[in-house]
Amino acid sequence: MHIVIIGNGISGVTAARYIRKLSDHKITMISAETDYFFSRTALMYIYMGHMRFEDTQPYEPWFWEKNRIDLLRARVQQVKTASKELVLDNGKTITYDKLVLATGSASNKFGWPGQDLDGVHGLYSYQDLEAMERHSAGLKKAVIVGGGLIGIEMAEMFHARHIPVTFLVRETKYWNNVLPPEESAMVSRHILENGIDLRFETELKEIHDDGSGKACAITTSKGERIECGFVGLTAGVHPNINFLKDGDLKLEKGIVINEYLETNIADVYAIGDCAQLSEPRPGRRPIEAIWYTGRMMGETVAYNICGKKIAYDPGIWFNSAKFIDIEYQVYGTLLAKPPENHQAIYWEHKEGRKSIRIVYDRNNSQVLGFNLMGVRYRHEVCEKWIKEKTNIETVLQQLGMANFDPEFYKEYEAEVITQYNQQTGKNIQLKRKRGLDAALRFLKKMTP
Amino acid sequence: MIQKIGIGLFLVALAIFTLIPVLDHHVLNTDNIYTESDYHKKAIFEAAEENGMLGKDYASNITFIKDYKQLLKTAQSKLEEQAKAGLPEGVGEWDFKLGDWKIKDYVIKTSKQASVGPVSANPGLFWWLSIGLGIIGGLLYILPLFKSFPGIKHNGIFQDPMTRGLSVGWRGLFLGSTIVGILIYGYSYMGNDLFWSLGTLAVILFITFMVFIVQKSAKNTPAKSASPSVTAWLGIFSGIYLILFYILLYWAPQYLTGWMTIADPLSKMLNGGEASQWFVYGMLYTIIMLVMGIRMISKYRHNNYQMIRTASVMFFQTAFAFILPEILVRLNYPYYDFKNIWPLDYDFFFDWNLNQLMSSGKMGIFMLVWGIVLIIIGVPLFTFFFGKRWYCSWVCGCGGLAETLGDPYRQLSDKSLRAWKYERWIIHGVMVFAVLMTIMVLYTYFTGSSNILFLSSDSVRTWYGFLIGSAFAGVVGTGFYPLMGNRVWCRFGCPLAGYFGLIQRFRSKFRITTNGGQCISCGNCSTYCEMGIDVRAYAQKGQNIVRASCVGCGVCAAVCPRGVLRLENGSVDIAERTTELKAIHISKEGVSILQ
Repeated sequence: MHIVIIGNGISGVTAARYIRKLSDHKITMISAETDYFFSRTALMYIYMGHMRFEDTQPYEPWFWEKNRIDLLRARVQQVKTASKELVLDNGKTITYDKLVLATGSASNKFGWPGQDLDGVHGLYSYQDLEAMERHSAGLKKAVIVGGGLIGIEMAEMFHARHIPVTFLVRETKYWNNVLPPEESAMVSRHILENGIDLRFETELKEIHDDGSGKACAITTSKGERIECGFVGLTAGVHPNINFLKDGDLKLEKGIVINEYLETNIADVYAIGDCAQLSEPRPGRRPIEAIWYTGRMMGETVAYNICGKKIAYDPGIWFNSAKFIDIEYQVYGTLLAKPPENHQAIYWEHKEGRKSIRIVYDRNNSQVLGFNLMGVRYRHEVCEKWIKEKTNIETVLQQLGMANFDPEFYKEYEAEVITQYNQQTGKNIQLKRKRGLDAALRFLKKMTP
Repeated sequence: MIQKIGIGLFLVALAIFTLIPVLDHHVLNTDNIYTESDYHKKAIFEAAEENGMLGKDYASNITFIKDYKQLLKTAQSKLEEQAKAGLPEGVGEWDFKLGDWKIKDYVIKTSKQASVGPVSANPGLFWWLSIGLGIIGGLLYILPLFKSFPGIKHNGIFQDPMTRGLSVGWRGLFLGSTIVGILIYGYSYMGNDLFWSLGTLAVILFITFMVFIVQKSAKNTPAKSASPSVTAWLGIFSGIYLILFYILLYWAPQYLTGWMTIADPLSKMLNGGEASQWFVYGMLYTIIMLVMGIRMISKYRHNNYQMIRTASVMFFQTAFAFILPEILVRLNYPYYDFKNIWPLDYDFFFDWNLNQLMSSGKMGIFMLVWGIVLIIIGVPLFTFFFGKRWYCSWVCGCGGLAETLGDPYRQLSDKSLRAWKYERWIIHGVMVFAVLMTIMVLYTYFTGSSNILFLSSDSVRTWYGFLIGSAFAGVVGTGFYPLMGNRVWCRFGCPLAGYFGLIQRFRSKFRITTNGGQCISCGNCSTYCEMGIDVRAYAQKGQNIVRASCVGCGVCAAVCPRGVLRLENGSVDIAERTTELKAIHISKEGVSILQ
């Protein structure tokens, strides 16, 4: 059987690796972007000089041959599902028995005047990185539009090269549609204290042409004109499915799939950023364009292709990011605008660059989620607490077990508990300090 | 601006420091000839009068040393002839004759005493103009770093001509020519005996054969270590400077007497005597570690583990490796570094050391017992509890220099699988060599017979000292910082690290834990692993990192942008700490997680 995977990002590569573990099928992985898999999330570090492009490749070049995963550098122009053929940009066609679509995302453009000028780029692909590099020599100013995770990455990149940045954010605080207000304020403060010109409630109205087809300035929704040599469009991404428009695959925002990651056409699967679940799990979105879900989907699709039918289960939500110098981790349910029954314990360090938020259900005291800024918590411990609907007071007493900060770091769990005691008038005490053995014993205990 | 002034001052200081050995003239006269016996003195005086060297002004120490060596050879043959005619009463043959090793010592000391000029006249001033100014320049560059926000400071490392590393071709050129140079010099070092160099070459070829053919690495071409067009030219200059420094230090210290002169005031303060090249080396080593240690702390200000660990290596170098041994010497005890452990301290079991320790009273015996207890109890016990990091990145001097002076280059270690294969052959090879050499030396010590099979234990230990102790640990170990990363010696060579590694790999509570499924495979951990461990390969599949080579520096955990890695000691899972996968994989009854 010949399995063809379109896309060599984390989803496609995980699928290929697991198909190889489970079977001896012929595997071909097609990418128009790069010869080898690299970590997309690490693009910023290449620009900032932290790593070479080669360092972002998790596997050495020989890995693919050794594991009999054929790599093909080409762009797929058309998928002919009836004849199970792919038409490539080099004029060749390739046939498949099963097809995995893992084509990822493309940067959003909302019809702004001038959005296709030279010097206007998103940050998603390796080519985007090359474009940023190309425009950076002698660059006096960059404007970034859209305050999500990619926006702040791009701001940090230019900042690292001492290129002044103006960062336009539609919201009243940075990313406050996802982060709770205090965390959102913390990150906003941190962006500003780094000397980045962060503008709230400001949108892009127009990008100006310098007369040669290159961007030279923008006008904001407030009517201000800002001269700049580069405009970063980071207002989110959408599934990269344009080349499928004329086929018979069912498309909405993304490629529509069921819980087995199957599309409406037999033997065609879709995973990762480009896929849209027809029935996502409660509390989850149909398209989750993040690294971890892509990886889980890749693993799941491998089982399904190799004859072990498994529904896609993304488990308890988790994510992480880094806002310049502030690390961010989230486990479980944590909403910017929480419903009535969500009660939070929020502790913030006096320097304003660390915080711990624990959310629980006011009605039954079950723990729901953790939001960490500048503090590291153990994924599996938090997950187990949430999965087992642990009582918040049990969690608090054992909280040290979750701490994953390096040795000799100050532990703040007792202060979190003080916060809880003040809020509730109770007198809970911390019974567990940071340490591996307790966490391991806890994790080994079987779920009742 | 202040930082630029700092760099400027440092460069001026470096230039002055580099010139100091050639600034002075040399004039030989009867007052400044160094000897340790009247017979030698008489013979040398006669020879000096005959060849007319007395009173002659030498602008260059090279010609002075050449002529003076010649003079000593003349004196040597004079004494040789006199000895044939009969030794004076009560004087041993070797006290009377002038041995080759004595000549080396006399050349250094006389060259130093015969110096006239600005450096000899003002050693203190020149210490300040070179080392003192270097410290000031360095601190002016480093202290402003404390103003930035705490956090990862890696911007521009791979764009910097000092730190971006070499292409495979350049690296191969340096490595190849260094190896060839060492083997050629080794031939003359061993008295023109080809056996040692050829034997070593055979071992190198054997290992390459095993890695490339038997372990099938030939077709597994590693990723390019740098784009061919990008080469760190400042790194190359620094590497060459360091390599030349070590070559002179080990094998031609007679040309470096200017540095000894400027170190004299400090030496007299500490041990009461004049500075040798080893005092100069210890002084520079300590000062560099202190200054660059401050830099390391500024860089990892957000990370208590890094700050405490760096302070620890700075302390152990200053107190235990530098000051305490000098004070011991002053108090007439043997020179002893209480934290140096065999087989890194490869001459611990040499006859002269054992004799010295055993003839130094209770203190000497304590030192001997302490050294042995560290080897057989200290190393396994501490490594069981904490991993090898308690030594390699908290105590050790070699590790300390790597973590301070070498920190800017940690990203240059080779992460390829091929490098790992080489590593295991070479480090364990050196370890076996060290153990066999020590066994032979002890055999000779106890039996008095120096030949074992067809080898003389004297030659074996000389070759070990030359090849491993000097060439590998010094010339390559430190000289290659800017070329192949800062832990070349610790990773590929150190026999003690090999010993630690076996315990850490098979019986220790230490591991680096992966935090569930949070890894994004970005590669910061692997890139900044000075030991060349592909940390990401483990982290992205949720596996603990248990590797013999890991020195527990903790930088992988520090640079991880997602909070994935943590250095931990735990006993609950000691049996399965290497195998368990912790990443969040899909889960359903009947589906097993495959590796």
